Amino acid sequence: MQATLALDLAPIARADRWRPAELAFWLIPVAAYFIFPENLVLLTQIAITALFCLSLDLILGYAGIVSLGHAAFFGLGAYAAGLLAAHGYGDPLIGLAVAAVVTAVLGYVTSFLVLRGADLTRLMVTLGVSMMLYEIANKLTDITGGVDGLQGMEVLPVLGQFEFDLYGKTAYWYAVAVLFVLFWVARKLVHSPFGLSLKGIRLNVGRMPALGAPVNGRLSTVYTIGAAYAGIAGALLAQTTQFVALDVLAFNRSAELLLILVLGGSGSLYGALLGTIVFMSAHHLLSDLNPQYWQFWLGALLVVIVLFARDGVMGGLRGVQRRLDAAFGRTK
Amino acid sequence: MTTYALQTRNLVKKFGGFVATNDVSLNVEAGARHALIGPNGAGKTTLINLLTGFLEPTSGDVILNGEPVTHLAQHQRVKRGLARTFQINRLFADLTVLESVTMAVNERIGIGARFWRPIGAYAEAVDEAAQLLATLRLLDLAHEKTRNLAYGKQRLIEIALALAMKPRVLLLDEPAAGVPTSESRELFETIAALPRDVTILLIEHDMDLVFRFADQISVLVSGALLTGGTPDEIAVNPKVKEVYLGEAISV
Repeated sequence: MQATLALDLAPIARADRWRPAELAFWLIPVAAYFIFPENLVLLTQIAITALFCLSLDLILGYAGIVSLGHAAFFGLGAYAAGLLAAHGYGDPLIGLAVAAVVTAVLGYVTSFLVLRGADLTRLMVTLGVSMMLYEIANKLTDITGGVDGLQGMEVLPVLGQFEFDLYGKTAYWYAVAVLFVLFWVARKLVHSPFGLSLKGIRLNVGRMPALGAPVNGRLSTVYTIGAAYAGIAGALLAQTTQFVALDVLAFNRSAELLLILVLGGSGSLYGALLGTIVFMSAHHLLSDLNPQYWQFWLGALLVVIVLFARDGVMGGLRGVQRRLDAAFGRTK
Repeated sequence: MTTYALQTRNLVKKFGGFVATNDVSLNVEAGARHALIGPNGAGKTTLINLLTGFLEPTSGDVILNGEPVTHLAQHQRVKRGLARTFQINRLFADLTVLESVTMAVNERIGIGARFWRPIGAYAEAVDEAAQLLATLRLLDLAHEKTRNLAYGKQRLIEIALALAMKPRVLLLDEPAAGVPTSESRELFETIAALPRDVTILLIEHDMDLVFRFADQISVLVSGALLTGGTPDEIAVNPKVKEVYLGEAISV
């Protein structure tokens, strides 16, 4: 064996360093606050959906578990936080923690059902679980308010300091802060050996047991984490709107999320965030421009992006970067 | 007394009414270069799958380093020193070569589930992966994505991933399958240079490679062991000739 290797290990050893473009990205929520002060409600929704999308990216984009029922966890988290706040336990951070634990438990338990089958089975099982939850919430009107929604939430100030205001300033910074912290954690996770093994499972599930990796254990873990993330996103929505509508559990929400992730580029954390920003901005602008037929243009936009940019928005950006590098004679 | 690295006792595997593995009792000596040959459909891959735990036998036992492992899952057998390569590449197309092998080393040293510190923080794993690539002369491809490599190189990655398990017993399932002759020499050299303390069971069609490499040969026909012996014995064995000649005529 050689004592020293003629190999630069930097590409793997420093893969987790923060890049300038990433820092620039996180200035967007700060800039948005000052540029669109009238739209804080929409911006808060974007931050929450971005977190929700991040949770799907962990299980689908990294680990390759397809789900058509991810709203089950979003909705359960929303009801968990909502019910707490409606019964006098209105501290928002405790609400998030409880929502995370409750959804993690559901995620862990249902992971064994989800892992039994292949892709199509997984679609059906996740869909089935979310449909069951939807009907339970619909039926238990005494607890959830059914189709009328859960009302009477009293959410206390964040950290006992920052009261939720009418303009939605606190709500916005609260949602952005939670998104950033959980993004930072997810970023650590995907750059860790655990994250690498998830990519391995997605790329070749048949090889991993031959490398000594307990595949089901890993998938069960990431599914549980993804569930908790979705639950926290749901709890954020409940707390910032002080209301839980039954549609937090609706199929539409799961399907739209899948669309957003594919649009942004699954398997990349920033893909999840960018997809959410593009989708929800387009949704907002198009429905303003053309209130009746906006879905047509949204559909057209999706088809164009997915057809012309492999791996969605993120894939398109990487293509631009490569061309710039080539134009300026830089090599990777 | 001879010690055996890998044994099977009266191993049987039935798929419905079809007997794919018929009462196979195979003994692979520690440190051996043992080849398993047989015509197409003889059940070689089924036997490999039974040895590695991909399939459970209908009856019989698999014994690894003297301990029965018949009911252990694949990844648990890997932990006990049994690694394999695949007849058809099972690689990680979008990972670089170094990432793939680092991942394999991570699993072996038990840090595959660490989720907080980055991969690069476990320098011992990355270094070991790089050393392994150096011994296989793959270092210049370390940062290439697996999908961009020539097929012959990909076959070497198959072996690199298995070696990252530091196996005591290594099963090579047709390592030269699909490799063009222009690239096969490097592959054969790599296989010949594998450390002697690793026991190797080689499944191969290429008789050239088998007779050059093996010190023991077992012949599998219709799921059952026909015979076994040194390459010289097998070369003159009339039953073996009949099997291969018979096959040649039927082609």
